[in-house]
Amino acid sequence: MRVLGIETSCDETGIALYDSEKGLLGHSLFSQIAVHSEYGGVVPELASRDHVRKTLPLINEVLASSGLTKQDIDAVAYTSGPGLVGALMVGACIGRALAYGWNVPAVGVHHMEGHLLAPMLEDTPPEFPFVALLVSGGHTQLVQVDGIGHYSLLGESLDDAAGEAFDKAAKMLDLDYPGGPQVARLAEQGNPERFTFPRPMVDRPGLDFSFSGLKTFTLNTVAEHALEDGLPDDQTCADIACAFQEAVVDTLVIKCRRALQQTGFKTLVIAGGVSANTRLRERLEAALAKIGAKVFYARHEFCTDNGAMIAYAGCQRLLAGQTEELGVSVTPRWPLDTLEPLDDQAAPESNS
Amino acid sequence: MSTILAVDTSCDACSIALLKDGQVYAEFIQAPRQHSQRLLPMIDALLKKHSVDLSDLDAIAYGRGPGSFTGLRICLSVVQGLAFSVDLPVIPVSTLHTMAVGAVNTGLAKDQDLILVALDARMEEVYWSLYRLQDGQAVPVTEEFVCSPSDVPGHGDLGFVAAQNLIKVGAGCHYPALEGIDAASEIRELLPRAEHMLGLAQYALKEGQVHMAENSQPVYLRDSVAWKKRQRIR
Repeated sequence: MRVLGIETSCDETGIALYDSEKGLLGHSLFSQIAVHSEYGGVVPELASRDHVRKTLPLINEVLASSGLTKQDIDAVAYTSGPGLVGALMVGACIGRALAYGWNVPAVGVHHMEGHLLAPMLEDTPPEFPFVALLVSGGHTQLVQVDGIGHYSLLGESLDDAAGEAFDKAAKMLDLDYPGGPQVARLAEQGNPERFTFPRPMVDRPGLDFSFSGLKTFTLNTVAEHALEDGLPDDQTCADIACAFQEAVVDTLVIKCRRALQQTGFKTLVIAGGVSANTRLRERLEAALAKIGAKVFYARHEFCTDNGAMIAYAGCQRLLAGQTEELGVSVTPRWPLDTLEPLDDQAAPESNS
Repeated sequence: MSTILAVDTSCDACSIALLKDGQVYAEFIQAPRQHSQRLLPMIDALLKKHSVDLSDLDAIAYGRGPGSFTGLRICLSVVQGLAFSVDLPVIPVSTLHTMAVGAVNTGLAKDQDLILVALDARMEEVYWSLYRLQDGQAVPVTEEFVCSPSDVPGHGDLGFVAAQNLIKVGAGCHYPALEGIDAASEIRELLPRAEHMLGLAQYALKEGQVHMAENSQPVYLRDSVAWKKRQRIR
């Protein structure tokens, strides 16, 4: 089955073609970062406007690059939530109407299920069951994954998502949006010994997170060392970025290890934008090696939003017979553990 | 004889119409916040009822705005998907112009009368434009504007028209500044309807004023909402 995947839940338009036999056939992405960085964050109306400009041209691009035509598409998968309602609406309406016009089935995909399954597109995919850490600008969740759709929430952030905390710290340090990569880059020049930031909620049992206290601590540290223009000197900014990143990474590592111990699983999957963070990957690999567990993640370009993960996740649900009615609805808020479990729990073929 | 589907969801309604063998078939429902759920099933039912395949169409016309931003995008997204799937051209049709045609169809306007069309753009603004009834057609007199209602009465083209030669239509007329403009009649509840798009679409198709689906866009008119730009420190 050849599935066209459409992702428009936030500020990236992602299109991909996934074949259940041959794997990923092609993918393309338009990122609106340049548009939104001027505003210091995503402007929903501008995001929606860009999706309606970019979706069809990107589909043309992916068809051309994979040497296929519209007639070769057997089904359409689109992100139907969670995300920005106006942005979701564009991809969902285009996707559903395309499927209607081609007379093929369509399926709405949960954005975070897409992220969670993105490592399945790699040459050595993880096997069920595993613990997944979903870390992005909108989510910080630990999920027990026993198969596709078999998700139980182990813990989540009680306030800001980890990616959101990165974005806010970036703003305090006068860095561009999106903040994650910027803070990470600056942190490389920082002295890890200079500041020690709190590790929120690690001394308490359980697998929940909280990042708002860390945010306040960062703000206070910036204010304490601020020069006349309101910002500390460059080296101090780097030292703060370093201390901030270490605190977030440390917190995530401690909770991941705890989740593996609690479930007895030996596999951790990290997914979502923050899973691209090099420091997080290094620290997790080191920490998990000590307890005989292994960490899996998607290639860099599939850590952030993309169409490939939607095409892949949609394909699994379509193969299980799930389809969407003609009326289009999107779900801006949609808990992952309410998804319908699929019976077939075998890990699908790798993409090699 | 051309076969055209027209779609508009720029206001609270889902409005679609089909031109086939010179006959017009229309469906209209009030569906606030339900456009995306209702639109495709409505289109499917209308096409099936009149035994028209998507690929039988010569073009799809869409209400390109101005209007509700989300409504415009739901309409265009569905139309883009439909048109792209079977390689149909699309035709952007102004919602204000569509309403002017609707006003002409009421028979209230006389030849050479002016038609002031105004939609409520919220944020204390109106989308508006002016049309003249000429040989049975609503012909644009001005461009389309988004502005404060108080800027409408002072517009040059409105200055010299006698009240008996003006009719006002659209929900934007509720603003006091527009209520103050004397006119022979007013139809505040007039909405853009897909069946009134068909004549404009037919003309555009004949003139070759069509687009590929991937090049089609809404016309928002309001392009710089007060989105606050971020100030960097250094």
